[in-house]
Amino acid sequence: MSTTSPSTSPTPETGTARVKRGMAEQLKGGVIMDVVTPEQAKIAEDAGAVAVMALERVPADIRKDGGVARMSDPDMIEGIIDAVSIPVMAKSRIGHFVEAQVLQALGVDYIDESEVLTPADEVNHSDKFAFTTPFVCGATNLGEALRRIAEGAAMIRSKGEAGTGNVVEAVRHMRQIKGDIARLKGLDNHELYAAAKELRAPYELVAEVAELGKLPVVLFSAGGVATPADAALMRQLGAEGVFVGSGIFKSGDPAKRAAAIVKATTFFDDPKIIADASRNLGEAMVGINCDTLPDEERYASRGW
Amino acid sequence: MSNPVIGVLALQGDVREHLAALAGAGADARAVRRPEELAEVDGLVIPGGESTTISKLASAFGLLEPLRARVGEGMPAYGSCAGMIMLADKILDPRSGQETIGGIDMIVRRNAFGRQNESFEAAVEVTGVDGGPVEGVFIRAPWVESTGAGAEVIAVHDGHPVAVRQGRLLATAFHPELTGDHRVHEMFAQMVRAAA
Repeated sequence: MSTTSPSTSPTPETGTARVKRGMAEQLKGGVIMDVVTPEQAKIAEDAGAVAVMALERVPADIRKDGGVARMSDPDMIEGIIDAVSIPVMAKSRIGHFVEAQVLQALGVDYIDESEVLTPADEVNHSDKFAFTTPFVCGATNLGEALRRIAEGAAMIRSKGEAGTGNVVEAVRHMRQIKGDIARLKGLDNHELYAAAKELRAPYELVAEVAELGKLPVVLFSAGGVATPADAALMRQLGAEGVFVGSGIFKSGDPAKRAAAIVKATTFFDDPKIIADASRNLGEAMVGINCDTLPDEERYASRGW
Repeated sequence: MSNPVIGVLALQGDVREHLAALAGAGADARAVRRPEELAEVDGLVIPGGESTTISKLASAFGLLEPLRARVGEGMPAYGSCAGMIMLADKILDPRSGQETIGGIDMIVRRNAFGRQNESFEAAVEVTGVDGGPVEGVFIRAPWVESTGAGAEVIAVHDGHPVAVRQGRLLATAFHPELTGDHRVHEMFAQMVRAAA
């Protein structure tokens, strides 16, 4: 090995905005899969997932079981961390900053402050700047996304309606966010102040989005993706990647479906490849019609 | 040749940032996902991302052999983070079936600097990049465990090699594409011009 190279000034800084947001940039174009066991995590990794979300029950089972849904058992999360080399995410309840502290102490790579779990605080989300571990948060519109970013979120996912296998809400939320951004781009400087008030978001972030024409952090889609075509649809609508929850391990052939969704996410604009990926996948998860869901069972309305 | 055509392997990862950095460095930058797109570029960037995902997708879509062939024929290539892993002849701790393109005589250790909580920024002096250190953004970054005779270590952090050059191939464990400082991409664009 050559030994004549210059060295660096050893003053490394961890937990910076660039390191947190940059981590999400590395996930772009990829699929993040919900897993409940180390075996499922390995299947996901082998299928080409860019990260896994470690949790005790997938959203479809949380719906079925009812009761309070909380952070997962640390043993279970650690088992998944040990099983794979890709990043591991885990969920805390909204506003439950102690669950988030525990997840950080366990060494997860990203914390999802998630509406899929039962909210712990009906007013406040966690202060995400207080953590070294980056956060991803759900949003149904631009104002909600910017409020989460103002609290320190380093990645946003459109919420959709988790555990339904129905992509309709994911589409609604992604169109809303992209539509809100497009409307901002048409405003002049005077109008941006009123827009910030309307969006209930900090003016600085609103002005930044108007200039960039996109969020200042990575935007994924979540909540109801069950097929390769669903994943490609969300990407064509502007998602930079997708979360797939119940859709993989509640289906007939999880390994095959997982690999197919990964392929369709990369070649989201190539219908021939999506067609090939969609062949003979076995049964998709059964799914729920969102318009028959009672309001109190809608996760997307949690968080504000 | 003033405007080299430089592709960015666009299977997964921070493709947009590399395209922007290459454009900033005066290259004609374009995304590459198919063998016929690979055939049209003078040089290629392999972006940051998940190395296992990029490797699997390259195999699944028939890109791995064409990539090896072009690198073998002397096409200049630059890899950051996951891209560094893809250009390594050997991975110390590969996942089962994880293939690399290879080309740089080095062994890399994945996630060597730790998990996300250990991800960091630090100033890095890079041999061949003038104007002071670059801002090194290290995200679950690999380091180079050892290099063979042909590979030159051009940056070190905390005693570990974090940038290597071998002939027309360049690799960094950090992500210059996330910083807005295009000097590393300019160095690569110069390598592509020189090779033409």
